[in-house]
Amino acid sequence: MLRYLYAHDLVRFPRLARSMFTDRAEQFARRLKWDVTVTPEGEERDQYDALNPLYVIWERPDGTHGGSMRFMPTTGRCMVNEHFAFLNGGMRIESPFIWECTRFCLSPGAHMRASAALVLGAGEVMQHMRLAHYIGVFDGRMEQIYRRMGLEPEVLGRQGRGRDAIAVGLWEMKAEAFAPTLAKVGVDRATSRAWVRRSFGEGAGIAGEVASA
Amino acid sequence: MTTSLEALLTFLHDADTLEAFQTATEAVRDHYGTHHCVYHWVNSDGERFGAGTYSSVWVDRYLEMDYLRMDPVIFGCFLRFDPANWKDLDWSSKAAKAMYRDALTYGLGNQGYSVPLHGPKGQFALFTLNDQREDGDWARFIETNSRDLIVLAHAFNAKALDFEAGDDGLAAPSLSPRELGAIRCLARGLNRAQAAQELGISEHTLRVYIESARHKLGALNTTHAVARALSTGLIIV
Repeated sequence: MLRYLYAHDLVRFPRLARSMFTDRAEQFARRLKWDVTVTPEGEERDQYDALNPLYVIWERPDGTHGGSMRFMPTTGRCMVNEHFAFLNGGMRIESPFIWECTRFCLSPGAHMRASAALVLGAGEVMQHMRLAHYIGVFDGRMEQIYRRMGLEPEVLGRQGRGRDAIAVGLWEMKAEAFAPTLAKVGVDRATSRAWVRRSFGEGAGIAGEVASA
Repeated sequence: MTTSLEALLTFLHDADTLEAFQTATEAVRDHYGTHHCVYHWVNSDGERFGAGTYSSVWVDRYLEMDYLRMDPVIFGCFLRFDPANWKDLDWSSKAAKAMYRDALTYGLGNQGYSVPLHGPKGQFALFTLNDQREDGDWARFIETNSRDLIVLAHAFNAKALDFEAGDDGLAAPSLSPRELGAIRCLARGLNRAQAAQELGISEHTLRVYIESARHKLGALNTTHAVARALSTGLIIV
């Protein structure tokens, strides 16, 4: 299932959180050889993880991480306007309706279903938060995954070549992209929406006695 | 009297006194016909700056009871980027329920919607509408107005940051060359396809530059952004 969790909430899901950060170490440090920091516990974390970002996490039946992405609004501190600003000519892109999406990570051995689930999650966040665009940091392989999902990312700037390149680019989840994505994940929209509600607590309610007071 | 949101944003943008800032909160309340509109900046050092339509007796009561230390709206919103319908926040503690009941007796409505604002250097503020409605009615109100309310929230926060910065903050918004180019094309009457072609970028990229420019100009929508860029002399056609 998909979980939408702010960093602050990860403490409630220790197994999920730990496996996410170790999978990130595996992907970004060991496999892609990005210049990232791995803690003595084997977790890849950076300064933005400490700013209470929103994670969309594909959770496997055993409660471990299957894949994840990290989201932050461009109005606050974020990678594309700081760390990766040079990839966009140093220009700040800033709006509460444009969020950045970084650290797209798949656990080793994860399949198309996990990628599709993350794209679905990004689409749900887009609708839930009324976003117009995502600006992402991705590698060449990720770019291909986006394309296979029909998202047509648009690269604003790129460093390096081929699959090792790191790019800053735009993408969005159009309404028509939901159906094929849902099919790849193998769930219906109602289920997907229920995962969103479960995480964002829609309808949790002011305790009944108070609301009717 | 109600004011259009474009006029309201322009008024807010031009506000150079706290009184005008206060007037803007009243104008938002009147525009939406809600009980209250409040902008509330919670500083990291505990000092606060705010304006709004809550009665002074409620503000005094809030301070006297030290509700700031347990207000579920503040705590709930601090930990998220997405705006909160108050009913979705955690009111389960006894203290929170007591505060909620107390608020109702001081003229607050039973519903609220708060937009969290996370600014530079950990700045945190809230923009809130409060009203008396049925749950379903309030949910529909939010559904209809949330985008505009997010725009308003950011405009209030930008102005508050201006005040904080003093004279340094009153400079024109800094649009990037790409953003200026995009707005200039639209001001000349080009449509998006033509503008994108002229700038040698895709329409998608163009829309991102326009949206970013809209935000920096504190405008409600694209048309308003072009009008603001022209009226402030940022672009000349």
